[in-house]
Amino acid sequence: MTEETITLEVTRYRPGHDREPRTESFSVPYRKDWVVLDALNHIKDRVDGSLTYRWSCRMGVCGSCGMMVNGVPKLTCSAFLRDYHPGPIRVEPLANFPVIRDLVVALDDFLEKLRRVKPWLIRETEKPVAEGEYRQTPAQLDAYKQFSMCINCMLCYAACPVYGLAPAFVGPAAIALAYRYNLDSRDEGYRVREPILSDSVGVWECTFVGECSVVCPKGVDPAAAIQRSKVAGAKDWAMSVLMPWGGRK
Amino acid sequence: MSEARPARPGLYYPKLPATWWLRRPGYVRFMLREVTSVFVAIFVVELLVIVHKIGQGPQAYADMVAKLQSPGCIVFHVIALAFVLYHTITWFQATGVVQVVRVGDRQVPPALVVAGNYVAWVVASLFILYWLLVRS
Repeated sequence: MTEETITLEVTRYRPGHDREPRTESFSVPYRKDWVVLDALNHIKDRVDGSLTYRWSCRMGVCGSCGMMVNGVPKLTCSAFLRDYHPGPIRVEPLANFPVIRDLVVALDDFLEKLRRVKPWLIRETEKPVAEGEYRQTPAQLDAYKQFSMCINCMLCYAACPVYGLAPAFVGPAAIALAYRYNLDSRDEGYRVREPILSDSVGVWECTFVGECSVVCPKGVDPAAAIQRSKVAGAKDWAMSVLMPWGGRK
Repeated sequence: MSEARPARPGLYYPKLPATWWLRRPGYVRFMLREVTSVFVAIFVVELLVIVHKIGQGPQAYADMVAKLQSPGCIVFHVIALAFVLYHTITWFQATGVVQVVRVGDRQVPPALVVAGNYVAWVVASLFILYWLLVRS
């Protein structure tokens, strides 16, 4: 009996050789328990070893294997072939990012933005280790928990037309992480992050398309983080106008 | 404003085409929401013109009302009503995302925040209907 197959239309780009990406079709075995990443691994192992893409954990945790599957940003380790049957399945590099080779995009811009928002606990004065840990109630944890689930897979950037049109935009994941630390009862870095978020390429660049939250594989809601940061920024500005000598928190 | 990203040699920089908003249903809904503001703005201007005509006297107001009864105006108002309703509904939905309402330690579910808008809408509409039909 002939094994059933499914076609993958994969974007190929060889730097220094191709002027722009092209599409190459591969026929792979159709297996109901295979994900798109399995099909790519099959191509690399059995058909064309030069196919280049990122992956690591294969279980939706590392955030490395994000690609466009039929035009939608997906973690390819959790995009099952059966959901795209009978195909063909279009596999492209994450939208809005420069392409290094085939399905690999450049991360530099995202990593710089991530560093810029200082996604770590900032304390005005660190207390001595001997005094113990900074304790938190369950309610204080709940306040930011969903925003801490981000795995930096960048699917939200690929879904954001604002980032595509204006690449200087700090973007959904970085702002969501800044918001996560601003909400953390142990953090005192609001004033440090505020100029970055209130900048013209910060939260105000966002027009609330909302697709970042739709594509997030971890249930984070970056659109909410951005809109709530706008409210916080606007309140902050109003207080600074109404009470210039001490209204700011 | 967003400055251009310095290009690195060898990389391919994709550009979003002008038709990017047709790529996903969510983008189309976003563009529709943005377009609604044009209709809201036109309707507000029209309302101001009507107030101005009332100020000019009964004849000017009657002429304005006659103009508004033309088929073209009625078609515009039906379209404008649809867009204004869409604008309102998307705004109500947005409040559930944007506004965190807390009672004590607990967060009020976003669906309840959105429902509060609809209740306020119905109450305001009933009040206006009462004022228009019963009081006048």
